[in-house]
Amino acid sequence: MRKTLMTAALGAMMAAGPALADLVVVDTSYRTGPYAANGIPFSDGYQDYFTLINERDGGVGGEKIKVIECETGYNTEKGVECYEATKGEGALLYQPLSTGITYQLIPKATSDGISLHTMGYGRTSAKNGAVFKNVFNYPANYWDGASHAITHILNENGGDISGRKIALVYHNSAYGKEPIRTLEELSKKHGFELMLLPVDHPGQEQKSQWLQIRREKPDNVIMWGWGVMNQVAIQEAVNIRFPMDQFIGIWWSGSENDVKSAGAKANGYKALTFHNLGSDYPLYDDMAKYVVEAGKAAGAGDQVGSVLYNRGMYAAMLAVEAMRTAQEIAGTSAINAAQMRDGMEALEITEAKMAGLGLPGFGPEFKVSCENHGGDGMGAVSQWNAEKGEFELITDYYQSDQEVINALVAEDSASYAAENGIEPSCN
Amino acid sequence: MFYREAGDFKTSYAEDSQTFPIKFDRYRYYAVLVIAFAVVPFVINDYWVNAVFLPFLIYAIAAIGLNILTGYCGQVSLGTGGFMAVGAYACYKLMTSFPEVSILIHVILAGGITAGVGVLFGLPSLRIKGFYLAVATLAAQFFLVWLFNRVPWFYNYSASGQISAPERTVLGVPVTGAETAPWAAYLVCLLFVTASALVARNLTRGMAGRKWMAIRDMDIAAEIIGVDPLKAKLSAFAVSSFFIGIAGALFFSVYLGAVEVGEAFGINKSFLVLFMVIIGGLGSIFGSFAGAAFLVLLPVFLKNLLVGGLGWPTDLAAHLEFIIVGALIIVFLVAEPHGLAQLWRVAKEKLRLWPFPH
Repeated sequence: MRKTLMTAALGAMMAAGPALADLVVVDTSYRTGPYAANGIPFSDGYQDYFTLINERDGGVGGEKIKVIECETGYNTEKGVECYEATKGEGALLYQPLSTGITYQLIPKATSDGISLHTMGYGRTSAKNGAVFKNVFNYPANYWDGASHAITHILNENGGDISGRKIALVYHNSAYGKEPIRTLEELSKKHGFELMLLPVDHPGQEQKSQWLQIRREKPDNVIMWGWGVMNQVAIQEAVNIRFPMDQFIGIWWSGSENDVKSAGAKANGYKALTFHNLGSDYPLYDDMAKYVVEAGKAAGAGDQVGSVLYNRGMYAAMLAVEAMRTAQEIAGTSAINAAQMRDGMEALEITEAKMAGLGLPGFGPEFKVSCENHGGDGMGAVSQWNAEKGEFELITDYYQSDQEVINALVAEDSASYAAENGIEPSCN
Repeated sequence: MFYREAGDFKTSYAEDSQTFPIKFDRYRYYAVLVIAFAVVPFVINDYWVNAVFLPFLIYAIAAIGLNILTGYCGQVSLGTGGFMAVGAYACYKLMTSFPEVSILIHVILAGGITAGVGVLFGLPSLRIKGFYLAVATLAAQFFLVWLFNRVPWFYNYSASGQISAPERTVLGVPVTGAETAPWAAYLVCLLFVTASALVARNLTRGMAGRKWMAIRDMDIAAEIIGVDPLKAKLSAFAVSSFFIGIAGALFFSVYLGAVEVGEAFGINKSFLVLFMVIIGGLGSIFGSFAGAAFLVLLPVFLKNLLVGGLGWPTDLAAHLEFIIVGALIIVFLVAEPHGLAQLWRVAKEKLRLWPFPH
C-alpha cells in the first residue's frame, strides 16, 4: 500500500517537472477553509496582475512570469509542504499571506536564500533588514497598524485619550498577538486603558467576548481578525449596538466580505489600509481587456476591484517592480533568487512610477534599504458605506509613531539575532 | 510457497514467541530496516523529508501511543493534540533552559513529562468509561491548549506566543533549526520510531499488554482474575502519553521548527491521530504505521496527482481531496471494520496457503 502510493506520488511529481527558465513566483493561497472568503480575492488579484504583465507586456524584461499556486488552507503544515515542493523550481519570491506560515518560513527561506514578502503581516521586526536579510514587509506592518488606529482615535478626540478604555479583539495566534506589545507601549504613552480579548481559531464563537464588551463598555474596539472571525465580530458588534464608528479593524479586517453579512447596520465600520480602494484607475481598463474579458482571470473572476483584490494586485505590482529593479542591477533579465533579493532591497516606489503603471496615488511612496525593509509606516483609515456598498478613504496617509515602533523593532530583532546567532550587518 | 512456518524449526521458547515467526517475514523486516537506515538517507531530498517522511514517522509514533491506550486498553481518548502540545512545550522549555544537554535526551524527557500529565488526566478513567471518558479527555485537550496560550512562561514570553526551536546538534550534526540536513532530521525521527515500535510491541505482548487487553475486553472480569484496574489503566495512560509526548516534541523541534499551539495541536490533531488508529487497526502496531501512512501520504499524493499531474485548480483539488479521503475512510470501515491491519492479516493467511489454497 505504502510503496504503491509512494511510487505513484513520485510519478506524479516527475510528470509535473520544473521549467527553470521563467521568473517563478509562488502563491500560497487558501481557497478552502474558514479563511477562504479573504484568501480568494487576494490570490485572484495577485495572479491577475502577473497575468496582465505576461499578456500585455510579454513578461518583465522579456521574461514571462510563472505563478505556481498551492493551496494551504491557512495551515502551516501544508504551507511547509508547499514551500518544500516549490522551492526547487527556481522560486524567486514567496508571499505566504499567513503569519503562521511566515514564522515557519523565515529561517528556511533565509537559509535557502529565497525572499519572503510579507506585506502588512508576518514578523514585524523583519523591518530590520540587517537581521532579516531575506524578509521584507514593506510598505507597512502590524505595529504601524496599531499606531495608526491609536493616532486615529487621538485625532477624533482632540489629541487626548487618557482614561479612555480601548479593547483589542484579536485572533489568538501569532498574528493577533503581534500588536499587543505596541499597544501596551502606546497605552503608557497616551494613558489609555487597554483591554485584551482573545478569540480562538477559527473565530466563529465570540459571544463571551462581546458580552464582556457590553458589560465593560470600552470606548473603542480595535480588531485583529481574519477570515470568518471578521464577519462574526462585526455581526456581534451590531447585535450589542456598539457604535460602529468607534470600531476599527486592521487592514485584514476591512474587506467587503467582512461587513456585507451584517447588513445596513454595519455602516460606519472603520478599517485601516495602506493602499487605495476602488477600481477607478487606468490599469483596470487593461485588466478588463487583457485578463477578464480574455477569460484568463484567476478564480471566478468576480472579485475585481474589491479591497483584498486590490491588495493582492498591489503586492504583485510591488513584486514586478522589484523584479525590474533586480534586472537593472544584475544586468540580466533572467534573475535568480539572490538577485531578486537585491532588487527588493533597492526597490523605490515613487508617485511617477505608480502613475506610469496606471495606478496614480495607489499607495504611499517609499524606498527600501538594508536598514529598513518595512517602508515608512504610512497608512490611512477607510470607512464602510453600507448604502453604496464600498469602503471609502476618510483620512490622508499618515505616519505611525516611529519613535515607539523603531525602538520595539530594534529590541525584537536584536533578540532574534541573539537567539539565532545572527551577526547584524548591512554589507 | 515461501511464506510458511513449515521447515522453520524453533528450538527454544524465545524463538517460538518471537514477533515474526515466519522466516520470510523476518527477512522482510530486516530488509525494511536496512533500507530505511542505510539506503533512504542517501537518496532523499528536502521535499521527501518534509512532506512525506517526517510527518509519516512522527504521526506513526503518535498513533502507536494512542493505539496502546485506545486499541489495547480500550480507553477512548480525544486528548492526543493536547498531549502532543505538552511534549512540544516540555521539549522547548528543556531545550532553552539546558542548551548543553543533548536534544535526544530532551525529547525523551519531554515524553516523560507528558507521561506524568497523561496519568493526571487518566485519573477520571477509573470512574468513567466509554463516551464519558472521551468527553473527559476532550477537556484535557482544550485545557492544555488554553494553558499554553495563556501562560507566557511556557513560550518564554515571546511577543507572538510562538515557540521556535533553536539549533541543536547530535554528534555535531544539526538536527533542529533551519540548517538541518534532510537526512539528519529523517534519521533522528527514524531512530525514535524504531525504538518506540520495538518497546510498544514488546510491552503489548508481555504482562502489561495482557493486563491492558483484559481491561479492554471486560474490566470486571479482569478485576476478578486479579488485574488491578488502577495500575493497568494508569500505566496505559502513562505509556501512551509517553509516546505521544515524544511525537509532539519531534513534531515541534525537528519537523516544523516553530509552532503555535492552537493551530498545530488543536482538536483536529486529536481526531487525525484517532482516525489513523481506527483506519490502521485498533490493537495493532503495524496498524499504527499503516494508518499514519494512509492519512499522511494520501493527501500529498492526491495533491501531486490532481494539481501537479492533471493541472486542476488548487481549490477544486483541495475540495476533492476531502471528498476522496472521506469516502475512502467510509469504504474502508464498511469493507473492513478492523482496519488496514486486518487486511494485512488476511493477506498473510492467504499467502500461507498460496499457491495451493485447497
